[in-house]
Amino acid sequence: MLTDEEIKFLEEKALAVRRHIIRMIYTAQSGHPGGSLSATDILVTLYFKYLKHRWAEPNWSERDRFVLSKGHGVPALYAVLAECGYFPKEELLTLRKINSRLQGHPDARKLPGIEASTGSLGQGLSVACGMALAGKIDKKDYRVYALIGDGESESGQIWEAAMTAHHYKLDNLTVFLDRNNLQIDGCTENIMCLEPLSTKWEAAGWHVLEINGHNYREIGYAIEESWTVKEKPTMIIAKTIKGKGVSFMENNVSFHGKPPTKEEAERAMKELGDTL
Amino acid sequence: MNWKKESVRDAYGKTLVELGKERKEIVVLDADLSSSTKTSLFARAFPDRFFNVGIAEQNLMSLAAGFAYSGKIPFASTFAVFATGRAYDQVRQSICYPNLKVRIVATHSGLTVGGDGASHQMCEDIGLMRSMPNIAIFSPCDAPQTREIIKSVVDYPGPVYVRLVRQDLPTLTEGMDFRIGEAQVLADGNDITLIATGSMVSTAILAASELKNQGISVRVINLHTIKPIDLKTIVRCARETQGIVTVEEHTVTTGLGAAVAEVVSEHCPTFVMRVGVPDTFGESGEPDALLEKYGLNVETIVRKAKSILEVKK
Ligand SMILES: Cc1ncc(C[n+]2csc(CCOP(=O)(O)OP(=O)(O)O)c2C)c(N)n1
Ligand SMILES: [Mg+2]
Repeated sequence: MLTDEEIKFLEEKALAVRRHIIRMIYTAQSGHPGGSLSATDILVTLYFKYLKHRWAEPNWSERDRFVLSKGHGVPALYAVLAECGYFPKEELLTLRKINSRLQGHPDARKLPGIEASTGSLGQGLSVACGMALAGKIDKKDYRVYALIGDGESESGQIWEAAMTAHHYKLDNLTVFLDRNNLQIDGCTENIMCLEPLSTKWEAAGWHVLEINGHNYREIGYAIEESWTVKEKPTMIIAKTIKGKGVSFMENNVSFHGKPPTKEEAERAMKELGDTL
Repeated sequence: MNWKKESVRDAYGKTLVELGKERKEIVVLDADLSSSTKTSLFARAFPDRFFNVGIAEQNLMSLAAGFAYSGKIPFASTFAVFATGRAYDQVRQSICYPNLKVRIVATHSGLTVGGDGASHQMCEDIGLMRSMPNIAIFSPCDAPQTREIIKSVVDYPGPVYVRLVRQDLPTLTEGMDFRIGEAQVLADGNDITLIATGSMVSTAILAASELKNQGISVRVINLHTIKPIDLKTIVRCARETQGIVTVEEHTVTTGLGAAVAEVVSEHCPTFVMRVGVPDTFGESGEPDALLEKYGLNVETIVRKAKSILEVKK
């Protein structure tokens, strides 16, 4: 369980991560702010409290795995990894630049700490299932975590993976669904309605939880509960706000994949208590 | 050169709207990228004939097949990487095998997608599509040609793949005659032939003028239709010049260069040097920086052209 002090620490880290995200995407003049900001609190809680990992030994065999299935949210992951010490924070500003290790979408062969190359939506959950299955047959006790998008859940392969995880009773798998209600062309429910989402995951045989994806305590409880579930994978439907933390990006579909202008970046940084 | 530049994606979206007014059988499908592919323009004009299937490209292609079976003329759009990679089997089984009139118009092909990096840089699509029976493949070099192609393929008797790029392209073919399957001769010459397609045609023209400065007479061909390929023109170039350099924003292993080499080696063997994306994945970066890094530039074309003439001496 998270203590008050730990929550304060996570809040500070999340603020630092959000600042990195704005600076990185502003500097690159391309990238996806909305889905990076909505996923920030989940990633921060995982990496700074729950995930077993060693930044100085990224390939440690007993580490927990995290797969960012919605790969376009990678600025949040890069910022978290840099804050953990995987690589120098200065490198963050090379995002999307030629010869950079920080590719526009995660590249597992370029940067330590990236567990899977993703970006083509719908595939990362299957990759995570493969890792979880490998953990089972090797009798390892690492856990596998993954984060998928709500728009991403429209893709058929997500449901192929859902069946796999159920069939093989992958209770070492904890998945977050970033339920921010938006994708590129608009609101998920107008484009391809997903609801009733939790009923669908339950029907697929998963243990399902619904939480506020910006509340560290709820994120923490959900992760801890997933550890106790036997013979079932856990789906944590995290209700989030796309663009969370920057008022004019919040619930604003136009900031899905658009970088801020200088003025917007300055305003965003001011809201985050810093300067550009 | 002082070329006017225009978006081929806008040209596509606007042409769709024009066509939609007359041809009520046209329906348009997209997979959560309508704002990027510009099918959003059609969606706004004809909301009843637009279907956004969400992030589900395989579903997109088979749905389009269903429309085609039912007398509609479906245009299905998404990024090239998803249209041809993710949905390859659906394009093969649902569309090409039954020879359905589905028009797949994919945007964001090639390296110049830029910052998104290798996961989104589709450099294998010509190869993938070219290997299937029935489908016709088009790769316009500018906005006017995009309009011509989109209008011409409405009634094409089988499946169609049109390859567009994200970048604005210089206008090169305004007012020129366009016919499916007939390559355009943009410059005549008899030492060497440059055969280019899509976004690289303007680079080929620049390379030709550089070669001309060095006293080499260059023929420049715009191969806008990759399949069915213009055998006659390619063979004529092979016969009338010392060799061919192909230029494409696509992997050299299966694209335009490979297609030209196949034709030439069977009908009139000669040197074919390929300029294109080497056999490697791309990476994030500014479009121009990427083209430089991977050698898709005037310098490489000039070097390869001269190397042919060197050997032939
Ligand atoms: C297979 C595939 N199709 C399309 C895209 C283009 N794309 C990138 S992000 C995105 C929307 C994602 O929406 P969602 O999963 O809800 O992510 P979030 O809202 O968290 O950013 C799309 C369609 C892609 N990356 N992969
Ligand atoms: Mg979303």
